[in-house]
Amino acid sequence: MNPQTLQILQLTLNGIAIGSIYALVALGLVMIYKATEVINFAHGDILMGSAFVAWGLITIAGLPFWLAVIITMLIAAGISWLLEARVMRVIVGQPHFAGAMLTLAIAFMLRGAVSMAFGPSSRTFQTPWSGQSTHVGGLVIADLNLVIIAAALIITALLFAFLRFSSLGISIQAASQNQLAAYLCGIPVKRLNSFVWAMAGAMAAVGGVLLAPIALVDIGLWFVVLKALAALVLGGFGSIPGAIVGGLLIGVVEQLAGVYLPDGFKDVMAYLVLIAVLILYPRGLLGEAHGRRV
Amino acid sequence: MRFHYDTTYRDAQRLIRYRADWLAYGALFLLLLAAPWILPRYYVGEVSFIFIMCIASLGLMVLTGFTGQISFGHAAFLAIGAYAHVWFISHDVPFVISIIAASALSGAVGLMIGLPAIRVSGLHLAMVTLAFSIILEQVIGRWKSVTGGYTGVPVPSPSILGIDLGGLRPFYFLCLAILLIVFVALINLTRGSIGRALVGVRDSETAAHALGIWVGGTKVLAFVISASVTGVAGALMAHHVQHVTPEGFSLLLSLELVMMVVIGGLGSLRGAILGAIFISLLPTFISKLKPMLPAAVSGQFGLEIFVFGLVLALFILFEPMGLNGRWLKLKALFQSFPLYRRDTFRRGKTYMKSERYR
Repeated sequence: MNPQTLQILQLTLNGIAIGSIYALVALGLVMIYKATEVINFAHGDILMGSAFVAWGLITIAGLPFWLAVIITMLIAAGISWLLEARVMRVIVGQPHFAGAMLTLAIAFMLRGAVSMAFGPSSRTFQTPWSGQSTHVGGLVIADLNLVIIAAALIITALLFAFLRFSSLGISIQAASQNQLAAYLCGIPVKRLNSFVWAMAGAMAAVGGVLLAPIALVDIGLWFVVLKALAALVLGGFGSIPGAIVGGLLIGVVEQLAGVYLPDGFKDVMAYLVLIAVLILYPRGLLGEAHGRRV
Repeated sequence: MRFHYDTTYRDAQRLIRYRADWLAYGALFLLLLAAPWILPRYYVGEVSFIFIMCIASLGLMVLTGFTGQISFGHAAFLAIGAYAHVWFISHDVPFVISIIAASALSGAVGLMIGLPAIRVSGLHLAMVTLAFSIILEQVIGRWKSVTGGYTGVPVPSPSILGIDLGGLRPFYFLCLAILLIVFVALINLTRGSIGRALVGVRDSETAAHALGIWVGGTKVLAFVISASVTGVAGALMAHHVQHVTPEGFSLLLSLELVMMVVIGGLGSLRGAILGAIFISLLPTFISKLKPMLPAAVSGQFGLEIFVFGLVLALFILFEPMGLNGRWLKLKALFQSFPLYRRDTFRRGKTYMKSERYR
C-alpha cells in the first residue's frame, strides 16, 4: 500500500475509535430525548464525572480495572436515575426550554462538584491495554482503539437486542412513541423513564472510562456532549441508528480535517458540520420526516 | 387594587401613569445620578459593568423572552460588537458613529444567523447559535491582522467631541445614558405592533400566521434587533475591560446571558434588568461569602459554577416566572393587602406535552 492510502486508513481507524465514543454519548442522548423529550446537557458532565470516579477507584482505592468500571457504571446510573425521578420530573409539561435550562443547571452543579472534589488538575490512569498496539499490514493500531470500537459494538448490539426482543425494551419503545397509550396499556411509564436515564448514564460512564486514557481525565471532558449533539444532528435527531452513524462520521471527519485542512479546523469541524446540516438538510441522514404538532 | 381608567388617547400612551410611579422612578433616577459620588471607587466600575450586562440582557430578552427563539451563543454578538468597535475607533472613526456601525455590523451577522431561524426552531436553533459562537471564538483567535489573536488588542479610551470619557465617572454616565436610550427604545418597540408580532410568534406560530403576521420575517427581525442591541453592549464592554481577548467571550458568558434572561423572568424587560443585576452581583456575593465557609469548600475553583447551577436550578424548579414574577407577586400582595389570596399565583398541574408529530 502506498503511504497516502495508509495514512488515510490510519486516520479513519482513529476517527472510528473516537467516533465510537461520540456514538455512545449520542446514543444516550437520543434515548433520553425519545423517552422524556429533554436534551440532556448534563450528559457530558456525567461522562466527565465517571472518568474522575474511575480514576479514584483505580488509582486511589487500588481496585482492579473491571471492578472499577462496573462500580462507575452503577454510580453513574444511580445519579442519572435520581436526576430523572427527583429533579426533571418536577417540570414535566413545561416548555422544552425549561428542561434544557434545568439540565444545564445540573451540568454546572456536577462540574462544580467534581472540580471541588478532585481539584482542577488533569490526570490519567492505567488500563490493561495502555501502550500496546497491533500491527496489521503496515497499519499500527493502538489496542485501546480496538477495545473502544469493540466495546461500542457490544453495547450497541446489546442495546438493540434489549430494545427489540425483551418485553422491557418493547415497553420502552412503546412509552417513547406514545406515553398516554403506554399508560393505558399498564406500562409503568415513570419508572421506565428513570430506567432509560439510568441506562444512558451507564453508557456515558463507559464512554468516560474509555475516553479518559486517550484524552486525560479532565474537567474539559464534558465537551464531548457538544460533539455528540453534532453527531445527533448529522444522523437525524431522534433516530437511534442515526446517532451511531453520525457519531462515527463526526469522529472520522474530525481526524481527517486535523491533517488535510489548515490548522484549527479540527476543533470546529463538528460545529461546522452541525450548522451546515441544520441549514441545508435539517432532517439529517437517517431522520424521519415529521412536522411539528400545532 | 388599582384599575386603569384611560379617558384620553394620551392617557393610554403614557409610559408612566401615576404620581407614585413618577416619584419612585424619579427617586431611582436621582439615586443613579448621585451614585458615583456615594459609592466607593471600585463599585462605580462594577455598576458600569452591570449597566453593560443589562444592555446585553435586554438584547437577548427581545429574542428569547419575547420571540421565544433560544440563543446559547449570544456572547458571539458581544464579541462582534467589541471587536468591530475597537477596529473602527482605532481607525479614527468618531465614537458615536463607531458604536452605531459596530451595532449595525453585529445586526448584519445576526441577520446571517437569523436566516436559518426560519428553517430550524427551538433547541435546534439553540444548537446553531452555540456552534456559531464556538466557531467565532476560534476565528477571532486566528484572524490576527484584525483581532490581534489570543493576545488581544488594547482599547483606546472613549471620547465624544474631544471630551475624554475614559474616567470612572464619565464612563459610568456614558453607560447609564446608553442603557436608558436602549431601555426606552425597547419598551416602545415591545408595546408597539412589532412587539405584539414578536409575542404572537412566540405563543403560536400558526395563530400568528393566520392573523397575517409574516412569521419568518418576524423571527429574523427579532434576531437582528437582538444582535444589534447586544453589539452595543459589546462595544461598551470593550471599553470596560480595556483589552479584548477571545477568552472574554466564551461559552460561559453566553450561558450567563441566558441565565440572566431566565432568572429575570422571560417576557419582561424589567426581568432582563433584574436578572442582569442578580447574575452580575453573584460572583461578588460568592467571594464575600467565602470566608464564612470551611476552607475545604471555599478554596476551590468550582464553587462559583456550582452556585450558579444551584441558583438556576432553584429558579426553574420553584419560580419559573423569575425575579419579575416574584416582583409582581409582591406588588399584588401590597396592593390588595388584607384580601390577598395565597392561591392567586398557584401553578396548575401540568402534564407531559409532546411536540412530536405522531
